[in-house]
Amino acid sequence: MTGASAERYDVAVIGAGMAGMAAALFAAERGLSCIQIGNGGGILYASGLLDLLGVQPMAERRMWDSPYEALTALARQEPMHPLARVDARSIRSAFDTFITALGAAGIAYAPLGDRNRNVLTSIGTIKTTFGVPRAMVAGVYALEARPPCLLVDFRGLREFSARQIAATLGRGWPGLRHQRIEFPGYEAVPELYAAHLARALETRETRARTIALVKPLLGDARAVGFPAVLGLARASEVHAAFETGLGVPVFEIPTMPTSVPGLRFLWALEEAVSARGVRRRHQGKVRGLAFDGEAGTAVLTLDDVPGGECVSARAVVLATGRFTGRGLIADRGGVRERILGLPVYQPASREDWHQRDFLDPSGHPINRAGLRTDDAWRPLDASGKAAWPRLFAVGSILAHQDWMRSKCGSGLAIATAWAAIAQADRQLRGTGAG
Amino acid sequence: MNTPSTIQTQVLIIGGGVTGTALARDLALRGVDCILIERHDINAGASGRNHGLLHSGARYVAGDREAAMECRAEGDILKRMAAQAIQDTGGYFVAVQGDDARYIADFPAHCARAGITARAVEVAAARALEPALSERAIAVFEVPDASIDPFRLSLESMAHAQSLGARLLRHTRVVGFERAGRRIRAARVRFLAGGEEQRIEAEQFVNAAGAWAREVALLAGAPIEMSYSKGTLLVTHVRLAGRVVNRLRPPGNADIMMPGGTVSIVGTTSVPVDGLEDIHPTTAEADLIVEEAARMLPLLATTRYIRAYAGVRPLVGSAGGANARAVSRGYALFGHEEQGLDNLATITGGKLTTCRLMAERAADLVCRRLGVNRPCVTATTPLPTAPECAWTEPGHAPRAWMRSHGPEGPLLCECEMVSASAVDALCAALHAAGDTATLADIGLRSRVGKGACQGAFCSVRTAAHLCQRGDFQASCGLAGMRDFLAERWRGQRAVLWGEQLAQAELMEALHCGLFGEELRDADAPKAPREPEP
Repeated sequence: MTGASAERYDVAVIGAGMAGMAAALFAAERGLSCIQIGNGGGILYASGLLDLLGVQPMAERRMWDSPYEALTALARQEPMHPLARVDARSIRSAFDTFITALGAAGIAYAPLGDRNRNVLTSIGTIKTTFGVPRAMVAGVYALEARPPCLLVDFRGLREFSARQIAATLGRGWPGLRHQRIEFPGYEAVPELYAAHLARALETRETRARTIALVKPLLGDARAVGFPAVLGLARASEVHAAFETGLGVPVFEIPTMPTSVPGLRFLWALEEAVSARGVRRRHQGKVRGLAFDGEAGTAVLTLDDVPGGECVSARAVVLATGRFTGRGLIADRGGVRERILGLPVYQPASREDWHQRDFLDPSGHPINRAGLRTDDAWRPLDASGKAAWPRLFAVGSILAHQDWMRSKCGSGLAIATAWAAIAQADRQLRGTGAG
Repeated sequence: MNTPSTIQTQVLIIGGGVTGTALARDLALRGVDCILIERHDINAGASGRNHGLLHSGARYVAGDREAAMECRAEGDILKRMAAQAIQDTGGYFVAVQGDDARYIADFPAHCARAGITARAVEVAAARALEPALSERAIAVFEVPDASIDPFRLSLESMAHAQSLGARLLRHTRVVGFERAGRRIRAARVRFLAGGEEQRIEAEQFVNAAGAWAREVALLAGAPIEMSYSKGTLLVTHVRLAGRVVNRLRPPGNADIMMPGGTVSIVGTTSVPVDGLEDIHPTTAEADLIVEEAARMLPLLATTRYIRAYAGVRPLVGSAGGANARAVSRGYALFGHEEQGLDNLATITGGKLTTCRLMAERAADLVCRRLGVNRPCVTATTPLPTAPECAWTEPGHAPRAWMRSHGPEGPLLCECEMVSASAVDALCAALHAAGDTATLADIGLRSRVGKGACQGAFCSVRTAAHLCQRGDFQASCGLAGMRDFLAERWRGQRAVLWGEQLAQAELMEALHCGLFGEELRDADAPKAPREPEP
């Protein structure tokens, strides 16, 4: 079934969410040939913020100023958590490599330190995160010092009300004002889309007209916040022009997905992996995966061309995500892994999947369902052993974590991708057990 | 402590379900001044948690001919007087292989004796018209069942009553009665959020609290015996049949699929429950409904469900056993004279189909006691259409939006296509009645939150819109969002598998992953209910 014409790679990454992108990037950085299969739809849901670990333990809703101290607590309290199984030095290297690549591809991040940072969200809550795009950093400082500040929004951008943010925070931030303006050139349009505004602001004229509308509203404001629509491909340029034009620091506030920062993020990651020679198969879906013991390769059958097509790889990284990503499939009877039918760690019955209260602080048990792996990030088969010597699993498909509640989604993706690719690299070079 | 303020009226109605609102309208049409208090919002109990069936009566022909004939007569009246809330879809009764042959054979004669038209349909012909029917179907009868929107019915009844001078106090619960001899002088009521206690003096008091009627009667010192039966229903993502589809067998679990506009509603179960707290659909009930209903409609085994809901049927008298279906589904009207009270009435039990009749009987009693001689006119007075009450109907918002071609403003809910102007109209109607508008209020009066996303995205847009209008006291905006999502979640939890589980994951990624709403203090103040300045 392989056929002589099958393309061969060192690593095949299945999935193009955050974990898949990180795995492809890290594989390429190590000089491994790599194919990545899957569209980046999941990344569109990213906010641009890179969480590492914000809350631990979840049930106590304890928030941490330092993600590394939180990781230490995690290792003590939940040794099975995937992030508890990656050492801090690897996590630092992984994040540094990741944001360096993003920076080269057009999204600048503020330098990472040891601290978590607080960011304002579009509904007025405060989100604790780790990596903050430079376009959002002034908001972190404004939120800390709470100087007189202006929030601007655009009539017709349905998911964003500056008035809502200001009113939610009002009592604790008396100098916070809000103002709604018409987006230049879109005065007659009832419904505005963030991506359209972002593109429009890349033209000099629209930008100048917008700045001219905001300038008279500044008053004593020492910073100005906007919904995250300040440019798409040329976001840094647009942001800089706003700061120059308004004469005060300007920050973006992340909006509901699918958002402009999600689009930028997807483009930057695609650019970063493509620039490193990763072969991308956007439309592909892996229909089958078989292992050839003698050749030591895995054969993936793709269904994006009629009749299917095979590629072979010496190592495979499963980064297919959870239910939204279709890595896990649930029916009334239980949860299964889509491609190989790997055993999925899960609650005993569906009645135990979810809490009765959506916001129950202890979280929903189904979110901790997923694949269990050995120390080398290899998913286990029914006998409890690695399913195949060079099959790895990374990111949110892993069991024993709840990334949404712990605020560790990006950290989980980036750190486990780093650790698994390190294992793959070691094995492919013959220095590890095969 | 200040002396509580006092409001006066002729009749105080307690409970804003289909019966209470119909009663307010009935009394207002007879020129009687009334106030309706409701501790939550319109149709918060069983009135809003049923399958929306306007019974032809055929369901009861074998067991309770009187109830069947009552349904037939009332169904006919409502089809003429409240046509805007009804889709006259017709219904099938369908038997499949293995169903009781005797019951099938007797069915047409039973229907005839109750005066209900039941026409035998060739199975093949029925399956051509309703392809979702099982190939194992063996008998099909057509009956005049229909679908009714209980929210529209109650909202329009109340709007009509208000236009005639009746007053509605939402989020107001009765906490006690002041008695003087054989009479109640006043009800003490409390505004839930504000906590301010008030007195309402009336000549007559009507307890129309549905499943909560026992609690209210007890407060007045006039106990009544009631039992409760919990019924769970599932909502599909798309509509699977044009007609009402009933299983042709004695009433039992999962014997009906209702058309509900753009969706189908499948149910029900009947489980005796002791209390009214913490009623929610369970995964086991969802499994039971899917498996049982799939015998009649095989698609139900694989289709996508978007939510479930459970209501409590108030049954008058004690169940006295496990089978609550055997207890009367008829209504009960108590005058309480034997219990030493001359100005309290309790009307409870019954069915959605008979709500008008129940209101008529209660109003007759109240009017007799008041010495009012005007007859009931609700059987002959069409229910006026209120534009602001039309938004509960699936498909209404998309049609309005298509007609307006956009200039009406942006869409806030993309699943059900509810525009900002629709939300504005709802706010305006609430304000006109001296009331505020929260996210939950909009959810009840429109399709916001009822589509596939179950509120994940439209809650954010609608909250932003309300806030921008100044309707959403933003210090409470997040609490309003929490309440709204909690209610949506209660319905989703039992049907979270397949696509809908992925949808729920997306909702959590947004509301917890990004917004961190679970980290907010749960004790944050609830939305205040002060009237607008």
